[in-house]
Amino acid sequence: MARLIVVRLARALLTIAVVVTFAFVVLRAAGDPARALLSPETPAEAVEAFRKAWGLDAPLWVQYLRYLFAVGHGDLGQSMRDGRSAITVVAERIPVTLMLTAPALILNLLIGIPAGIYAALKRDSIADRLVMMVAVVGFTVPSFVLGLVFVLAFAVELPWFPSGGAGTWQHLVLPVVTLGLGGAAVLARFSRSAMLEVLGQPYIRAASAKGLPWASVVTGHALPNAAIAVLTIVGFMVGNLIAGTVLVESVFSWPGIGSLLVVSVASRDLAVVQCILLVVAAAMITTNVTIDLLYGVLDPRMRALRSGRR
Amino acid sequence: MRHTLNRLKPDAASMMRDEQGPCVEALLHIAGLRVAFDGVPTLRGINLTLARGESLGMVGESGCGKSVTWLAALGLLTRCAKVTGSVRLAGEELLHAPASRLDKMRGGQIAMIFQDPVSALNPVHRVGDQIIESLRLHRGMDHRTAQAEARRLLDQVGIPDAARRLGAYPHEFSGGQNQRVMIAMALAGQPDILIADEPTTALDVTIQAQILELLRQIQRETGMALVLISHDLGIVSEICERVLVLYGGHIVEELPTDRLFDQPAHPYTRGLLAALPSLDAPRQRLFPIPGGVPNAAEFPPGCPFAPRCDRRIGRCSEWAIELASLGGDIRHRAACLHVTSEPHQGEVVAA
Repeated sequence: MARLIVVRLARALLTIAVVVTFAFVVLRAAGDPARALLSPETPAEAVEAFRKAWGLDAPLWVQYLRYLFAVGHGDLGQSMRDGRSAITVVAERIPVTLMLTAPALILNLLIGIPAGIYAALKRDSIADRLVMMVAVVGFTVPSFVLGLVFVLAFAVELPWFPSGGAGTWQHLVLPVVTLGLGGAAVLARFSRSAMLEVLGQPYIRAASAKGLPWASVVTGHALPNAAIAVLTIVGFMVGNLIAGTVLVESVFSWPGIGSLLVVSVASRDLAVVQCILLVVAAAMITTNVTIDLLYGVLDPRMRALRSGRR
Repeated sequence: MRHTLNRLKPDAASMMRDEQGPCVEALLHIAGLRVAFDGVPTLRGINLTLARGESLGMVGESGCGKSVTWLAALGLLTRCAKVTGSVRLAGEELLHAPASRLDKMRGGQIAMIFQDPVSALNPVHRVGDQIIESLRLHRGMDHRTAQAEARRLLDQVGIPDAARRLGAYPHEFSGGQNQRVMIAMALAGQPDILIADEPTTALDVTIQAQILELLRQIQRETGMALVLISHDLGIVSEICERVLVLYGGHIVEELPTDRLFDQPAHPYTRGLLAALPSLDAPRQRLFPIPGGVPNAAEFPPGCPFAPRCDRRIGRCSEWAIELASLGGDIRHRAACLHVTSEPHQGEVVAA
């Protein structure tokens, strides 16, 4: 088990190193922060001074080594826009984004999984077709389109909710629903097929054959097995949610990480973008490790593989 | 007396004739059982009776209906299967009985074990819990009693170190041990009938013999009736007193096991035997049955075996297939025109 943790940690560090390097190179290759931040009329000496102040005049590899050294000491640099440390800028946005993503994830799970299981149990019925039809619509319509439709319907036509901004619970409703529904649709489709796969297994028929009532067969024998497959997709869902927040926060001008990322990339605020990517990478890694650990809880075969006995 | 019972009518068949003694009441009586999947008939009218404590073999190629018969009888087929006919257990109709009644019957009166024991056990539950589940279901035991009983059952089916193994998962057992666990689970409900659907097909040959021996021993100890479904004539003849041969959703021959090898009457049964290698006879050519089993949807009218049969005559395709006894012996019946028209057919030894 200790060896396993070491391997996991090493792999996580490697992933973060790759993300950091990639972001570093791409951001610098894709545009000059001095041009993006300073107005076109800025005199050449001022631009030069700006470059020098932020260390942008050094060769790329020197910049990279300096950056790595600083990161190693816990210094992620300063925002070029307001001079505060990138960590502070990003950290104050994290809870704001979590206010969106956490309820959206719960909405995903609470709608998606039961809908998928229901559809599987009622396979080929009208209810099944209906659920799957809604799910297809839900996951083919991009979240920004869905968001705009919601704004039109429930903010403009029916002025029930504000069209953007943050502050009250009413501000939360539209972005959370927008984020939640797309994921729920994916999860519903996946849960349905996972459940159907499990229901076709011989141990389900065997459980019926020993006299278990159908409801107990479903809850006691089918669901625990389907959960293993559904867990895999929940990992992807978290990734999708993070990607989704970038779009949805922009649509609803929600002051979270997503809109900060958009603004920072546009203005080449290097340190902030890199810090956000680091946070996202860490979040994804944490999610994956958590899911790996949950596999062990749900699937005894996995536990055996890990402890090395078969 | 025997002559008058030449053809067993379904209603007369609920009483079964025992060789030595008087009539024994049949424990289970299946009459006119038909199954169609999405309109395609798979079982075309199965009539059979099973006496208490009897061991019955059912043989035939894949798709002949031997498993479907029992899945239908236990109500285990999916909704796309249309099941008609009658399945009476101790006089009580089971077909289309309410779910709560069927749940009590399954495992409690009729238990079933399956071909691949590894996939028939739930991979995420401990073996002990799966047995205990049956015990609580059918014998209303509390957890502690059930645990002790589960240990005894594992012991009975020959799993060493039973107390510790209760806490193991199916993937920690070998295939043969898993089948032993399945048998223990089936025994948990103290059923009157155990249906073993190809119980050894997925196992090594040496393990096969052990599992068969276990089934035989358990049948002796508990006195339950055993139905052994297999495509292996050798296995069936070792365990069973009586054999049913199925083809195309019909029972084409029923005979005591001791006659299986020397007095088969139906051309299909003979074909099966001619295709078997023999261990003690000198090496000789095996004779495969020409052709293959057609799709369920493409079975011809009349005798289903006619297209592959070397004794086929014109009337075969018009004949309403029916079992008739041979030479006045009600224990040996075959569904073949030649059997009904030629009374001496039963004495002809297979080529």
